[in-house]
Parts: sequence; structure tokens; C-alpha cells
Amino acid sequence: MAKLILSLEGSVIREILLDKERITIGRRPQNDIQIENLAVSGEHACIVTILNDSFLEDLGSTNGTLVNGNSIKKHILQNSDVIEIGKYKMKYVVEVAAAGHGTQDDFERTMVMKSQPGKPAAPRPAAPPASPPATASRPATGPLTTPPTPQPAAAPAAPAAAAPRPAAADTQPLAALQLLTGPNAGKEIELVKNLTTLGKPGLQVAVITRRPQGYFITHVEGASFPVLNGKAIDAQARQLNDHDVIELAGVKMEFFLKR
Amino acid sequence: MTSLSSVLEIVTATHPGMVRSHNEDSIAADAEIGLAVLADGMGGYNAGEVASGIAVELIRTEMKKSLAGRKTEEFDGNEAERLIEDHATKANNAIYQASQSQPQYSGMGTTLVVALWHDNQMSVGHIGDSRLYRLRDGALEQITRDHSLLQEQIDSGMITKEQARHSQNKNLVTRAVGIDPEVETEVHTYAVQPGDVYLLCSDGLSDMVTDEDVQLTLGSLASNLPLAAEQLVQLANDNGGRDNISVILVRVARVYPARAGVLDKVKAWFK
Repeated sequence: MAKLILSLEGSVIREILLDKERITIGRRPQNDIQIENLAVSGEHACIVTILNDSFLEDLGSTNGTLVNGNSIKKHILQNSDVIEIGKYKMKYVVEVAAAGHGTQDDFERTMVMKSQPGKPAAPRPAAPPASPPATASRPATGPLTTPPTPQPAAAPAAPAAAAPRPAAADTQPLAALQLLTGPNAGKEIELVKNLTTLGKPGLQVAVITRRPQGYFITHVEGASFPVLNGKAIDAQARQLNDHDVIELAGVKMEFFLKR
Repeated sequence: MTSLSSVLEIVTATHPGMVRSHNEDSIAADAEIGLAVLADGMGGYNAGEVASGIAVELIRTEMKKSLAGRKTEEFDGNEAERLIEDHATKANNAIYQASQSQPQYSGMGTTLVVALWHDNQMSVGHIGDSRLYRLRDGALEQITRDHSLLQEQIDSGMITKEQARHSQNKNLVTRAVGIDPEVETEVHTYAVQPGDVYLLCSDGLSDMVTDEDVQLTLGSLASNLPLAAEQLVQLANDNGGRDNISVILVRVARVYPARAGVLDKVKAWFK
């Protein structure tokens, strides 16, 4: 089940389980999450949770609701999203469900829509249909408590304003490499992508990956392996720590976290 | 059949993901005959595994039989397409029969994507929402089009691709192997270039990892295909790993024209 971690200026105040379909946030006492602060409107925002998805909606508040720094009206919450209301922050955390049971898991399973019983499954129409097949769908899967009604009308209701799913790794602090030797000594390479390759193709290449757990370096190609703090690494990925020194294709560089 | 194992580098990876207890995907690849098969099963208990397993195993063995002793000279896109269709039909029959005769397999089915490389070409057949992508000159292109409610909604202009990423209806396919007595396989043939990298994947990858990240990974790590496959699975898991993740990567090292006969060579001199 998903939860919110409410914090103020870096210190955690409490955790709130999203165990109700609708949870309201605001200054007035009848809210599920009451925040007594003048920057917070009486009825500020609400979170509607349907199965695995939680939708955040600003209820026309005076000072607005931010998600990951952007002002939103409606937003589908993704794991690790940070909601800001006034000076308060709420981190949305999805706990990975215990595998293999429960209706939540079943609901996500792939199912086949049948156009008409007895006919081959949905022969593709020559022209795109104005609406999806309107006949009842039948779940092909076994245990399923809710019939999977296709919701053509509901689908576009997904707020168009929703930001693209942030890769989980986006929550990492920004890091960079500073070249210490070679013709470009002093130059800085910011590690802004999930994957940054280094070195000379055909000679020696390594990759730095940005993951939720941190930054990792892995050997990609070439006979010699990258040297990390004076020791050659093997084929395994190695996590990088602040101020680690990497030597690759004859160039030394320092990895550091930017604040 | 001339062996393609010196032309094609193939790497496979499959992972149950972070949420599911078992893996209902099945994959097989054979560089010798230039074949890659991937299936994402569905059905209660372990029926999903059974369905995808039947499809992949049957297509692999049947394709091997069909191609044994064949020469690439007599092999063209039409025939490759026919073979893919025939074997997909056989898989459909086998799964449908099993689900009809054994109650625990009732209603099981699977998606399918099959690719066959031959004479500087590749034929691909698919049913459902498992996909084939191609990376050429650094650009990733989705070659297959899902048979899914979501794709139909996109095609009809009801929703945009961006909205589709957040849709609740990701899991509804409009076509699957083994659900009905008959199934239609969508088959196409494409020209292949040296340096192409092909990706076959289940929706456990395409739902969790953006096309941009797939392109970045394949583009950066094409020189180390096993690492690229591992990285794709890791990306899907880092983003939540909500479904089983399977990938098959195929890199084309050089051209592989069908060997020309003596007559063709003589003709070529006079051109």
C-alpha cells in the first residue's frame, strides 16, 4: 500500500497510509491530513486512490500544490514524488506488494478482450474504430474479483497535465566527473543521464549508470578494465563514492556529488 | 541452411521483476537458424507459464525442423512469413487444445513475437503487446504495433501517446495465442543493415522503461550486448519492475545475402 511521509524542513513528522479512497489535506480540522499553517488553504488538496494508482488534485488552493517543484492541478502520483504544500513536504512512497497474491496483483495482469464470443479475438478493423469494441470483455485470467470493464471514457480523464514518469533515479543528487589529466584536464562532465559512457570506442569504454541506490561504474569494452582509486575493477558494476578517482583510457578523473 | 551464427550475435535475459513471484515469460533464440521467439503468458496459477512455454518451445523445434537441410538460395521473405504464420497457428492449436481439455489451463493464452533473419532481411510476426524494436544509426524505432485496447485508442485519436503512458488499460490485449480456435498473426518483412540492433521484449520492459532510455542504453552499450541486456532489465526493476521482464537482443555483424548460384554469377559478369 502507498503512503505519504510528511516532513517539515527535513524532519519527518509522520507517515500517512493511503488506506482510504479519498484523503483530504487542508488547514481545517475535518481534513484527513490537517496542517495548521496559514499558507495552507482550508481545503487544499485531495488524493484519490484506486487500486495501485493515487491521483493528487489541488482543490483550488490559494498558494497551490507542487509536485517535484512543479505546480499541478491534477497529477498521477509516481513512487518518490515529493508533494509540497506551503513549507510542508510529503513524499509519496509505494511499498512493493508481497508478490503473487491479492487482487491488486491480479488486476494488473494482461488480459484478452474478446469482441464477440465464439469469434476469433478482435480481427483488426481496416479503419481505426471510432470507439473501442463495445461488447463485453471476458477476463482470460483465472482469479479475478472485479470484472475488467474497459473504460474508454475514463482513460482520457487521466490528467493531461501529468508529468512524464520520472525515472526513479531522478531523485539522485546530481553528480559530475572532473577530468584531472589529459588534454581536457579541468573539464567537468555532469552525469545528467541515466547512462553516461566514457573512454574511447574500440580501445576502452566504461559506463556510469545512475540508479536509485546511487552511481555505478561498469566496464563495457576493451582489454583493460577501469582503475578505481588505484585498483582495477572486474566485470562487476562498482558503486561510486564522493571523490573516487577513476582512471580510464589513460585519463584520470574524479567523481563527486554536486549539492 | 547456411548458419547465421557468425552473422548474428544474440543475447537473452529474463527476470521475474520486483513484484511477481514467478515468471510467465518464455524466450528462445537460435543464432544458427537466425530465430528469436518471445512470449508473455497469461492465465491463472501457472497456466501463463505453460502457455508461453508451449508457444516458444513449439515454434523453436518446428522452425528448426522446417529449416533443416534448406539452402538460403531458395528462401525468401514470402516463405519466411508463411513459416512464421504456420508455426504460430500450430502453437495456437496446441495451447487451445490444452486449455479445452485440462480445466486448470482453462482460458490460458500468450502474446507472441517471432523474428526470423534470412537473406539480408528479417521477417517478424506478432500477436498481442510483445514488441520488436530496431536501433539503426542511433535511432530506436518500434517495428511492431501492439494488438491492444490502448493502441486502438491511440490510433482512433481518443488519447495521446503521453496520456497512454498513464492509462489504466495497459493490460488489455485484443489478440492472443491460444484463446480461440483461430488466430491471425501479423507478419511483415524488412531489409536488414549491418550494425542494426534488434530488441524483442515483453511489456514488462516497454511499460517500465521509456523509449529514450532504451535508445540510450542500446546506443551506448551495443559493443557489449550482454551488459546492454542486463542494463535494460535493471532499468525496468529500478523503475518498479511491476511485471516480468524479458529481452532478446540481436546484433547484425555483417551482410548475409543468400549465396548466389553459378548462373547468377555468370549473369552478373555480363551486367
